[in-house]
Amino acid sequence: MPQSPLLLKKISIARLAIIAAVVGVVAVAFAYTAGWLSSNRLTPKKLVASLAPPRGPALGHRRNHAKGICFTGTFEANGNGSELSKAQVFMPGQYPVVGRFNLATADPNAADAMVRVRGLGIRITPPNGQEWRSAMIDAPIFPVSTVQGFYDLQMASASKQPDAMKKVIAAHPEFLTFVSWAKSAPWTSSYAEERYNSLNSFLFIDGSGAKHTIRWSLIPAAQPVAISPDELAKRGPDFLEKEITQRVAAGPQRWSLMVTVANPGDPAADPSKAWPADRRTVNVGTLTVQQIEQEADGPCRDINYDPTVLPAGITTSDDPFPSARSAAYSRSYNSRTAEEKYYPRNATGAKQ
Amino acid sequence: MTTSRKRFTAPQRLLHWLMAICILSMLFIGVGMVSTVTSKYLTLVQIHKPLGIAILVLALIRLSLRFVFHAPALPADMPEPMKLAAELSQYVLYALMIGMPLIGWGMLSAASYPVVLFGSVHLPSILPVSPSLHTLLWHAHYYLAFAFFATILMHVAAILFHKLIRNDGVFETMAPMLPQDKSE
Ligand code: HEM
Ligand code: HEM
Ligand code: HEM
Repeated sequence: MPQSPLLLKKISIARLAIIAAVVGVVAVAFAYTAGWLSSNRLTPKKLVASLAPPRGPALGHRRNHAKGICFTGTFEANGNGSELSKAQVFMPGQYPVVGRFNLATADPNAADAMVRVRGLGIRITPPNGQEWRSAMIDAPIFPVSTVQGFYDLQMASASKQPDAMKKVIAAHPEFLTFVSWAKSAPWTSSYAEERYNSLNSFLFIDGSGAKHTIRWSLIPAAQPVAISPDELAKRGPDFLEKEITQRVAAGPQRWSLMVTVANPGDPAADPSKAWPADRRTVNVGTLTVQQIEQEADGPCRDINYDPTVLPAGITTSDDPFPSARSAAYSRSYNSRTAEEKYYPRNATGAKQ
Repeated sequence: MTTSRKRFTAPQRLLHWLMAICILSMLFIGVGMVSTVTSKYLTLVQIHKPLGIAILVLALIRLSLRFVFHAPALPADMPEPMKLAAELSQYVLYALMIGMPLIGWGMLSAASYPVVLFGSVHLPSILPVSPSLHTLLWHAHYYLAFAFFATILMHVAAILFHKLIRNDGVFETMAPMLPQDKSE
């Protein structure tokens, strides 16, 4: 059947439309995957932005736990951990550590006595190069049970609406347990006197392939001495950094790394719930902090203490936080390293 | 650098289609992972790195095959600008197939992350730790990913144009199989 030129032209247009449709569908699917079409998705960008103070983030600094100081030292494994995890960091030996003491605030210039929660970031590098990174805090529990809850809490505390906090607390009654810890737990005047907790659960995988749900804590060798926040304030806004520098210069500071094994049914996916105190605990080694360095010039500045950087022998559990933290820390790291000019290295280690 | 064969050789065609699937997946995995904080984030990141490195290895093999077997000539009646576009896009696609994984690897190295592929297998660092290098590569990985996606869309549109409008045999040079396959 001979085809008229007009018909040919029509067929061509139809076929061009098919081509455009194919390209269009793929492009839309891509945009959907990227989240451009779904404004409700909790993205790393939103989660990190929710942490920023009203005047915006401190450029060049961590978007949370922004105030801190670097340390170097060692982790000496005693071998007891090998029963739970095949990771090399638990085999008897001494492995180098780069860490960071810090305060849970988005303001690198916050006064010590204004910040309730203190943290510690740590990277242990065994000879096989399989690093273990962790970022822990001194609170025994996390304020909320879900990642969305944490975001809602940030939004509410920045909100001008009078009932914003009330609503979040109604949805997250577990927050009150945290508040009562924050109000009643004694303060100390030293990073060296704090206990730091992973809060999130992870899985240890032993040599036989068996998995153990665990959390860990660093228990200080130093005896905690209570101090009121008012008393701490009188010692100056940066007392903690001065104190730890002098203290470590006078002698290395130590912590025992204690691994707690969950019983079946313990709340492993909810860092706002502590496990009962009688759970089996294994002392797997000692962290020794040998030297303090100012953050600006120190080795911890350009490290992301992403809690999902784990050696073979440790993996994430069904706790939803490490994944969210990894996504958020990466976002924070990308931003702050791109802003290096606002926080340059310098010989004195001065702040912004 | 053409061959008198009418089609790409079977290994070239196999690699083309295998890699097309891998690369499209990588682009979707990439934009998907950086947009979520759920456990999908970690799952996707753990696919992104080894799959990206696999693409690097396959791309290098594919490039060698291209040097050995060359490509069938484009139809003689194709307008010159179209030929030029076809050739240029091939250079761009090869550059991105090899460049993107290297940039990803370099970006992680410059940020002092271990480049874990799976279990205990991890790659050495290829760059010194440096915020400025990391930033440069991070931006490159980001913008080139979109350039890659755009180039692929154009490539697909062009191929469909060859098939549906010109019907000039270009699609058949790479078609996984032909109606009655009388391979060369
Ligand atoms: C969804 C919940 C959380 C979000 C969005 C979040 C966000 C962040 C961000 C953006 C940083 C800065 C990262 C960087 O630039 O390197 C950070 C650091 C830190 N976070 Fe979190 N975090 C969360 C949960 C936790 C939990 C559960 C803990 C403790 C158990 C924790 C402890 C720390 C510590 C200690 C640091 C400082 C690490 C360092 O010294 O670099 N965070 N967090
Ligand atoms: C995901 C991404 C894709 C990439 C990176 C890609 C890359 C390439 C490259 C580099 C060539 C040159 C030949 C060679 O040396 O291998 C080529 C050729 C070809 N591709 Fe693709 N391709 C992709 C997807 C597709 C799709 C979806 C189609 C089908 C519609 C297609 C159809 C063809 C055809 C027919 C050729 C042969 C014609 C020519 O040499 O230009 N490609 N592709
Ligand atoms: C063909 C290879 C690759 C393609 C097509 C690709 C594509 C992408 C895309 C589309 C994104 C999301 C960009 C954004 O929206 O921010 C991305 C991000 C990323 N890619 Fe790749 N990638 C490739 C290879 C690799 C490799 C080999 C690695 C590492 C070993 C890697 C590491 C990353 C990382 C870490 C991110 C997250 C960047 C961020 O923090 O924002 N990529 N990639």
